[in-house]
Amino acid sequence: MQITDFNPNIVAFCCNWCSYAGADLAGTSRLQYPVQVRIIKVPCSCRVDPLFILRAFQRGADGVAVCGCHPGDCHYATGNYYTRRRMALLHNMLDFMGIERDRMLLQWVSAAEGAKFAKTMTDFVENIHMLGKNTRLADWRVVNAGNNETES
Amino acid sequence: MMKIAKEHLPRLFAALAKQIDLLLPAQQAEVVNFAPFCPDAEIDLTTLKTANTPKHFFLPQVEDLYTAAVNAGQISISAADTPIKPFAIFGVRACDAAALDVLDSVYLSDPIDQFYQTRRQAGCIITLACEKPTASCFCTAFGINPTEPCGDITTWLTDDVLYWQPNTEKGDKITELVADLLQLTDESPAQDISENICLPLDKFNPDNLLALFNAPNWQDLSVACIACGACTFVCPTCQCYDITDFDTGTSITRYRCWDSCLYSDFTQMAHGNPRTTQAERFRQRFMHKLVYHPANNDQYGCVGCGRCVAACPAGLNIVKVIKKLEVAGNV
Amino acid sequence: MLEIMKQRAKELLESGRVVRVLGWQRGDFPNLREPVFFTTAKQLDNLEYDRFCAANLSKYLIGTDVPTLAFLKPCDTYSLNQLVKERQINRQMTYIIGIGCEGSAKLTDMEENGTLERCLVCTKTVHAAFDELIGEDAAPREKNDRFAGVGEIEAMEIAARYTFWQDHLARCIRCNACRNICPVCHCKKCVFDNTKYDTAQRANASAFEEQMFHIIRAYHVAGRCTDCGECNRACPQAIPLHLLNRKLISDINHMFGEYQAGTDTETPGPLTNFDIEMDKEVGL
Repeated sequence: MQITDFNPNIVAFCCNWCSYAGADLAGTSRLQYPVQVRIIKVPCSCRVDPLFILRAFQRGADGVAVCGCHPGDCHYATGNYYTRRRMALLHNMLDFMGIERDRMLLQWVSAAEGAKFAKTMTDFVENIHMLGKNTRLADWRVVNAGNNETES
Repeated sequence: MMKIAKEHLPRLFAALAKQIDLLLPAQQAEVVNFAPFCPDAEIDLTTLKTANTPKHFFLPQVEDLYTAAVNAGQISISAADTPIKPFAIFGVRACDAAALDVLDSVYLSDPIDQFYQTRRQAGCIITLACEKPTASCFCTAFGINPTEPCGDITTWLTDDVLYWQPNTEKGDKITELVADLLQLTDESPAQDISENICLPLDKFNPDNLLALFNAPNWQDLSVACIACGACTFVCPTCQCYDITDFDTGTSITRYRCWDSCLYSDFTQMAHGNPRTTQAERFRQRFMHKLVYHPANNDQYGCVGCGRCVAACPAGLNIVKVIKKLEVAGNV
Repeated sequence: MLEIMKQRAKELLESGRVVRVLGWQRGDFPNLREPVFFTTAKQLDNLEYDRFCAANLSKYLIGTDVPTLAFLKPCDTYSLNQLVKERQINRQMTYIIGIGCEGSAKLTDMEENGTLERCLVCTKTVHAAFDELIGEDAAPREKNDRFAGVGEIEAMEIAARYTFWQDHLARCIRCNACRNICPVCHCKKCVFDNTKYDTAQRANASAFEEQMFHIIRAYHVAGRCTDCGECNRACPQAIPLHLLNRKLISDINHMFGEYQAGTDTETPGPLTNFDIEMDKEVGL
């Protein structure tokens, strides 16, 4: 991994019924995952509107992860089946517009998978490190005000 | 009067661009827009209607006004300091040049808009006379002579010569920059557009205001309006803006940006919106151009460039309104 | 054909089957046609139909609560079906006369400039819904691949793709014509018109906002876009908006099976539906 002073901002939308609890489990199990990950709890991964993702990029996120229940395990039975179709399209759409597709991640993490959550986030942050700062989908007004820097 | 051979125009533009920011009508995808000079740009001096109007350079779509921030309990406010360098726009047509008079009447009358004034003082308008109107042109209806455009410098382009006539002090200064490329001449460009378009504009006088406002057929006229703002944003005279704050996270940038009277949030106030139907919003656009603006400034708010005619996806336009508006006791 | 259209419209109006007729009439410029509701037989003398009648009239049927006769070209009927599916049009209140189409003219400053791109790659040659038909469909059938443009961009390097869109979107004046002309953009309040939100009904303030508007506009009609091409026709800055819509259509076709929105009024759209087996196959 390149050593730079780049400290990526990561936003993770986590389903209340699985990944959010998975993150909690990672914490109570004292598993380390990067501090740059900011978690936003959503009732279901299906709640994540593409606008939320773009908005996160606008306000200075360098990577956005959406985490939900494993297919078949959705608390609302079918929410994540819709999510994966939608996110596949959004991924391709961003790529089509010349925005690095790896800045967005969709991952299934159950409430029992604290270790998987920690590993997913560690790997994701590492990937974002390689990609560097998000410049293509950031808003210069936020960038100029210096608000896309992670406070240490 | 001065002239330069048409084949030397690239040299003229290059020489000008070396000394001042020069904007020229250039092909961009399928449209022609005013764009900064660039040696390999496809310059288009035949298309009469650029998709964006010179308005963009005097009243930009978005303009920062000031920034407010709180640092250590202290509020600091700093005015936007967008540097504005002198620039020249070549190829402005008579209608667009006349449109700047309309903008001037709003932004340069008391209280003077400093942002607009700064840009207006920095910009030199080099107009280009029209040879032949297009299907959507109707500037002559508003008393504009497309062959004699105003501006700081007026130019006429024939098959092989560009005639150059500075009109103002600003125009003289620009002319000096390229004086070595221009020759004095006694010739004068013979151009004549005999087609005069007449529209029944008589009824649009302020005395008729209420009759026009209450005209029975605004509803019918506006039925196809899809409430987009294409006509407003391609219009060289539309001047309304909205002021909004952008929260950067640690400061607020207050900026203004174009607004359209056809949008449902236009003039939204604490109590709500004074115009609740699309017919009322549609009426506002045309009443402003044809009645309110003339009543206050003695000039119509339309210059007949015809961009709205081409831009409206539903085929609506000001000419239709002028022709079809039924006024009780019509003059 | 125009005479038959007028005659049928008059008959239906006089019989009381419909109380108004949605069609086009000649505007105040030679090549200008405007959508209009006719309510009397006399007005119907002004009915016009030719290759300049490009507007997709199904948008004007949204919320119709009186019996309305509408003349629809083949591609317009797909939008009609889609809107009926989304409960925006009460089909019982409409009487659709399908009319043949020769392809619509593309206008540049009101002068005819060839044929609209959508007509050159037209695939919707058969009316998807109608009560009766008048005229033969004769849209140009050049068998052009409507996804060719999408493929060209996909073949570019990522940086070139980014530049391509930046160059085009930089011209956007956010007039909202692409959104408002779209038949399936029928939200009572658009997400972009929320005054609590930065982008409410005004010009884009940064390159980000330009991208966001266009990504979301295309994405919100994904799986519902019938590829009627109105957004592309309406754009005063000639931004190739159809490429964004077609990218989504192409991806949907590849991942979730061939799908044409508006073919019928029942089939669930690809994004309001899922198929566990199929999704597994494409690696979701």
